[in-house]
Amino acid sequence: MTKPTRKFRYPTKDSAPVRIALTLAGVAYIALFLLTPLIAVFAEALRNGAAAFLAAITEKDALAAMWLTLTVAAIAVPLNTIFGLAAAWSVAKFDFWGKSVLITLIDLPFSVSPVISGLVYVLLFGAQGYLGPWLDELGIKVIFTVTGLVLATVFVTFPFVARELIPLMQEQGVAEEEAALSLGASGWQMFWRVTLPNVRWGLLYGILLCNARAMGEFGAVSVVSGHIRGLTNTMPLHVEILYNEYNFAAAFAVASILALLALVTLVLKSALEWRYGDEIAATHRH
Amino acid sequence: MALKIERITKRFGTVSAVREVSLTVEKGEFMALLGPSGSGKTTLLRVVGGLELPEEGTLSFDGRDLTHVPARERRAGFVFQHYALFRHMTVAQNIAFGLDVRPISKRLARRDVNERVEALLNRMQLEGLGKRYPSQLSGGQRQRVALARALAIEPLMLLLDEPFGALDAKVRKDLRQWLRALHDETKLTTIMVTHDQEEALALADRVAVMNNGQIEQVGPPSELIDKPASAFVREFLGTDGEGI
Amino acid sequence: MTAVANSWRFKKPSVLPGFGLTLGFALFYLSVIVLIPLAALLLRPWELGVDGVFAAVTAPRVVAALQLSFGAALIASLINAVFGLIVAWMLVRYEFPGKRIIDALVDLPFALPTAVAGIALTTLYAPNGWIGQYLEPLGIKVAYTPLGVVFALTFIGLPFVVRSVQPVLADLEKEFEEAAASLGATRAQTFRRVIFPAVLPSWLTGVALAFARAVGEYGSVIFIAGNLPMVSEIAPLLIIIKLEQYDYAGAAAVGSAMLAISFLLLLAINMLQAWARAR
Repeated sequence: MTKPTRKFRYPTKDSAPVRIALTLAGVAYIALFLLTPLIAVFAEALRNGAAAFLAAITEKDALAAMWLTLTVAAIAVPLNTIFGLAAAWSVAKFDFWGKSVLITLIDLPFSVSPVISGLVYVLLFGAQGYLGPWLDELGIKVIFTVTGLVLATVFVTFPFVARELIPLMQEQGVAEEEAALSLGASGWQMFWRVTLPNVRWGLLYGILLCNARAMGEFGAVSVVSGHIRGLTNTMPLHVEILYNEYNFAAAFAVASILALLALVTLVLKSALEWRYGDEIAATHRH
Repeated sequence: MALKIERITKRFGTVSAVREVSLTVEKGEFMALLGPSGSGKTTLLRVVGGLELPEEGTLSFDGRDLTHVPARERRAGFVFQHYALFRHMTVAQNIAFGLDVRPISKRLARRDVNERVEALLNRMQLEGLGKRYPSQLSGGQRQRVALARALAIEPLMLLLDEPFGALDAKVRKDLRQWLRALHDETKLTTIMVTHDQEEALALADRVAVMNNGQIEQVGPPSELIDKPASAFVREFLGTDGEGI
Repeated sequence: MTAVANSWRFKKPSVLPGFGLTLGFALFYLSVIVLIPLAALLLRPWELGVDGVFAAVTAPRVVAALQLSFGAALIASLINAVFGLIVAWMLVRYEFPGKRIIDALVDLPFALPTAVAGIALTTLYAPNGWIGQYLEPLGIKVAYTPLGVVFALTFIGLPFVVRSVQPVLADLEKEFEEAAASLGATRAQTFRRVIFPAVLPSWLTGVALAFARAVGEYGSVIFIAGNLPMVSEIAPLLIIIKLEQYDYAGAAAVGSAMLAISFLLLLAINMLQAWARAR
């Protein structure tokens, strides 16, 4: 009705120039550091055409690497899931001395370089490790074998499920479990029928992250693997070998499979966050 | 020389929270906006404070058109329902805030700011609490800090959004008397939003009863009780004409 | 029954079952996977004797590598500190096309294998790379230099600051900003005095996490770093080289040194956060 003699602005809104500047800065930062590498992976993979791409990913050693990656993940992820459930149960539902020490220990791999994560196993099981010579006499080899790969992967990825479940279970409290017991359920019944269903989306989320990291781990497995093509090379290690041989297109071809896996992980992760955000601790964290 | 609210309409999506409301608040008057939740009283207060932009209508104070003036330039002292005290600042820092953010040319010397804060602390019965943090105060104390903070900027008008809503009954009664005394002393144009009719009738010079985005009746408490203009007013006030 | 007023209990009594089983398993697992191997790491260097350890850790090549790893991590964390905050702000406060996609993409460094990131970044910034070719003529070398390391570490640490600040920013009630505005503050003043202090603790957490991650990073850096000793060699690489030379003690010494420095730095940051939270 009256002509505005000056511009009204809501106190919680930024002015247009500020908004535009910040948005541009943010988007440019994301584009430069995230998008361009991602696009580069796929572009370089297809540089020599689709035929070369297919040849690279169906090549014998590449397939062996994929198989090994899957195997390692198939062992490490379930193990870490069981650990995560156990740790979360004891930490979230009980009050005991030393609880925060336990929680800090669980976070440890996040502050440790992946190379150190592999190093520690070499120091234990390597040819000059503490236990190495002894195990050697028993005919048990750890380093340079799949066992070593699994150990290193387990070290690096075990926090994921636990970290997801602990805050979630803490938030959910003990009332429902106590109710179940009061109604006559046994411990396992209570766990299967009450606890697990309550945390299923958080559990799935944690497993998703654990798996992504397990399949993509590089530094830790690099130390314990013998880099033996076809035998002890996971996909990331295989990418490294191809790249160092200047076989760029093939390296990127295998890398693009991993990148695709990462994108699928992101999509599933977003879907879980979007649909079940309330039941996932990560969206409440920090 | 008053606050003139003329045919203000505020919509949120398809819902009209305030519909063509007109009201004049005389200078120095204590006006209560009374009504149930959803009546639009808080929205109207926020429009006056510059926290919402009305779709239609105008606002003026002392002849100056305020309709499009941003909140920070309105010098309307707003006291929020849950106080919105800055939790990482001490009580003294909270109160001084409006003075600290003035443009450099208009800023007071540190000493003057401190004096003002001290004076307000004393007047608000918050002596000695300057260095405490909001989390260390009781509800009633926090409320007085919120008031002190709004008063520190020497506002042209005081806008109170359900100031006693979060407090228990005894504290409410005490603060009521104290607020009225404060008003008589400062002679500030004051608008208070409340859903408590006892409070409105006890404190205000005039009460505007709102319902569904519109004002049903405006007048001194006695008039509202003796001559309710509609069934709604009569029922909402719930008195049987016995006076306060 | 004797009074139990002040008796110390390991665990508060509870009707829920399974404590012993789950805690026992968790501790066992932790010991085997983490504690014992870490003990090996911390014990091993000492076979060189105290002097040996000191010499191993202060050797010029080691010092240079540690400086690069920690220094580049610091710079990368600072870049992420500034831009991460901007991105978090933009995602929480503004609307623009593609916002959902960008929000999801922020987690890419979490999901993408480090080796893939490493070769992609190298290809981008190599002298004949997509971006590198424009920087070459300007005299800016990224690939195979410490600058490349910084870029790679910026990629790695990007999500930490954003994800730490985002939820806190989203939960901030607008009443505080309205109060500040009604008291006469400009947007800039409101940000500096009201909004930023509220997100400071979580921002510091994010920066600390980004830093911790960047310090130990290997896969995304190893390709783009020049790996020239004393110049562009990161500490984790030095550990691997020592292992290949069977210098287990030396490798363990460098590893322990990295852990010790990280621990001290993170302790400092934790204290900084505690201070920020208590304000």
